[in-house]
Amino acid sequence: MITAAVPERENYLNNAYGIKSWLLTKDHKRIGLLYLFTVTLFFFLGGAFATLIRIELLTPQGNFVSSETYNKLFTMHGVAMIFFFLIPAIPATLGNFFLPMMIGARDLAFPRINLLSWYLLVVGGLFSLFAMLAGGVDTGWTFYTPYSTTYSNSWVIATALGIFISGFSSILTGLNFIVTVHRMRAPGMTWMRMPLFVWSHYATALIQVLGTPVIAVTIILLFCERVFHIGIFDPTLGGDPVLFQHMFWFYSHPAVYIMILPAMGIVSELVSVFSRKAIFGYQFVAYASMAIAVLGFLVWGHHLFVATESVYSALVFSFLSYFVAIPSAIKVFNWTATLYKGSISFATPMLYAFGFIGLFTIGGLTGLFVAALGFDVHVTDTYFVVAHFHYIMVGGTIMAYLGGLHYWWPKITGRMYPEGWAKLSALIIFLGFNLTFFPQFILGYLGMPRRYHVYPDEFQVLHVLSTAGASVLAVGYLMPMVYFIWSLRYGKVAGANPWGATGLEWQTASPPPVHNFDVTPIVTHEAYDYSTVIGQEVEVG
Amino acid sequence: MASDAHVPAHAHAESPQLRVQFDTEAQQKDASTLGMWLFLITEVMFFGGMFLVYTVYRNAYPGIFAIASSSLNVYIGAANTAVLLCSSFTMVLAVRAAQLGQRNAIILFLILTLILGGVFLGVKAYEWNEKFQERHIPGSSFHFEGMQPDEQAHAQLFFSLYFAMTGLHALHMVIGVGMLLFLIRQAQKGKYSAAYMTPVDLGGLYWHFVDIIWIFLFPLLYLIDRHLKG
Amino acid sequence: MSEHIDSVKTYALVFAALIAATLGTTAVAFVDLGPFSVVVALAIAVCKMLLVALFFMHVRHSTRLTRLVVLGGLLWLLILLGITMSDILTRNWVGVPGR
Repeated sequence: MITAAVPERENYLNNAYGIKSWLLTKDHKRIGLLYLFTVTLFFFLGGAFATLIRIELLTPQGNFVSSETYNKLFTMHGVAMIFFFLIPAIPATLGNFFLPMMIGARDLAFPRINLLSWYLLVVGGLFSLFAMLAGGVDTGWTFYTPYSTTYSNSWVIATALGIFISGFSSILTGLNFIVTVHRMRAPGMTWMRMPLFVWSHYATALIQVLGTPVIAVTIILLFCERVFHIGIFDPTLGGDPVLFQHMFWFYSHPAVYIMILPAMGIVSELVSVFSRKAIFGYQFVAYASMAIAVLGFLVWGHHLFVATESVYSALVFSFLSYFVAIPSAIKVFNWTATLYKGSISFATPMLYAFGFIGLFTIGGLTGLFVAALGFDVHVTDTYFVVAHFHYIMVGGTIMAYLGGLHYWWPKITGRMYPEGWAKLSALIIFLGFNLTFFPQFILGYLGMPRRYHVYPDEFQVLHVLSTAGASVLAVGYLMPMVYFIWSLRYGKVAGANPWGATGLEWQTASPPPVHNFDVTPIVTHEAYDYSTVIGQEVEVG
Repeated sequence: MASDAHVPAHAHAESPQLRVQFDTEAQQKDASTLGMWLFLITEVMFFGGMFLVYTVYRNAYPGIFAIASSSLNVYIGAANTAVLLCSSFTMVLAVRAAQLGQRNAIILFLILTLILGGVFLGVKAYEWNEKFQERHIPGSSFHFEGMQPDEQAHAQLFFSLYFAMTGLHALHMVIGVGMLLFLIRQAQKGKYSAAYMTPVDLGGLYWHFVDIIWIFLFPLLYLIDRHLKG
Repeated sequence: MSEHIDSVKTYALVFAALIAATLGTTAVAFVDLGPFSVVVALAIAVCKMLLVALFFMHVRHSTRLTRLVVLGGLLWLLILLGITMSDILTRNWVGVPGR
């Protein structure tokens, strides 16, 4: 249905045209869209590598690609997905777009630094992309030494340089968010009235600022070792390769919380609006985000359980790894309690939220499995771990991301997506995801190692199921690409608040004006006060 | 929820330095200062990684590190530390002059800071050249006199850390020099006053931070068990 | 735009203290304090850092938030150093199969 021609009010999309108005923009909303474009490209790049991996794993022999190539495939899948998709995706797209609006600000604290962040991601991405096209890197996304520093003949430095540069993108985004939340809240927007989406992004920003510099310096040392052979990670020169692992995981474990906290922030918003109820235990959820950010820095040693870490150290890390699950569990309980006696609707975003809660819970519980020392010795570096983190990253983060994209699509574009197709995609994604990754838990438990492409015949059935699931998942991911783009022209025109949600972003037009609000809001209500939106026409599907 | 609180448009017209996303100059200054402090703690974690590597290897090879450290000239190191501390002194005087709106004093103290920073870098270049002459630069031609072959690698670790840490510090100094040049130029144009001196303030924070890094580098690199050599 | 503008004298005294501490730490390095050499050296360095931070960087007059940020940074550095070293230092406490 093509919409009738309506004179458009001025908004952030039509106030200026041309490539320069995008590439030199200081508007956090446009920058969010620049990021959306970039991370989507990297998502499909990472997905392409995943496709090749799953094709190879259809048969027990290594007959589709050589071992060297296979090493490159899983490395580049990891690098593309983690550093260039999962880390930036939610904070830099939805966070950039909505954090200022949710607190009633006109923009972030430092708009030009925001634009610089995007350029840094792009430049970093280009370096790593170059490395991938020039021949690839085969060290695993974890770059363990001394293989990466001494023995690998692949494009280690170019890839690592790309990650180094994109790290500064992450640091600057985090810095921007922290200052914005502290200093740019509208009158009446106290900390305890902020949407939980903002709390999660604030906690994420703390991790970005405190953790990313460590991987930056680690990459510098990796570079020095590889180029100058100074011996820092080389055992033949008195160095300790496990020191690299300590330094790498000091960032990379908190990095997984960078990937999940924003997703949890989205879920809080979705569960609230689609139960038409304030989040149960708002303060607990807010503080749980902070607790995850802090505790997340204390558990990295659980990646070194079998890497000659001292037994005492391992015991402490194991205990703390159990402890860090508690705030996540608190959130899951609170979301569930929010649903109780809520007025629940099953619009697409809510389907994704439900998917998140279930799949994140499974992923999180299996995290407890691997946090146990004895069990981890059995399943470390097997598909059990692969399944664990994909349940969280894909079943968790990506589901929440899609839920957020659908929820905020009308605000971003002024158009509704087609609800029927969206629900179908969500279902396909859910089914495809479980078919892909549940067999991997079994595979891992039975002993299938990760990063291997040759395996015993008895594992083939499970691998075939997983690859079949991946095909379904791929279809599920392609569908939103199609209908989102379709909706830009043909989607139903959306009003300011199609969902009847609370939140300042819904009090302004869809799409929003350039400076977000025509007048600076003064906040007088708590965060999820639905009494303020009674009587508004809602388009909940 | 939304109400009629309009952002006073004249606030932005009167103060050209007031960016559109901020409501008042005070808010802008607060935000900028917080931003700089957050940036400095990213630097703490950045240098911190190198300090970790140092700690690990000094703990592993204490004797070798002491011997290697003693080949550094402690008097030059101490003097250079004093030079850098002096530059911090002149920098804070520049900030103070900016707070008082004393244009000429700002320029004078910034230039003094620049000169002292330059002296520091010059001395470092001299020291590095000395290391080059003595073949203490890590790499294929590294050789430390009087050490067994298996200890050479451990001594090389010390010098790798020496060059990496002082090199990273020097890089930050060079960036600081560039920043000072910018501030001097802006001060000459009369851009800073008691009402608006945020860039000088932030520049001072950065410069002092780089000084603090050196405050730790000096004892850790130059003063390892000096009593052994006497 | 801080209301507190310290006097030149204050800064000069701090500078003098910093120089004295530098001379002190250099001199003490030539004295055999055994394992306490590094403790003393770091203690002096920490004092110098505090002088620079509190006076030259105006943390003395700063908001609570600034101080929290500074403390947070230092704490995180200690986490990085402390926990990593706790692994390295305890590796030989208990025999591990194969070693």
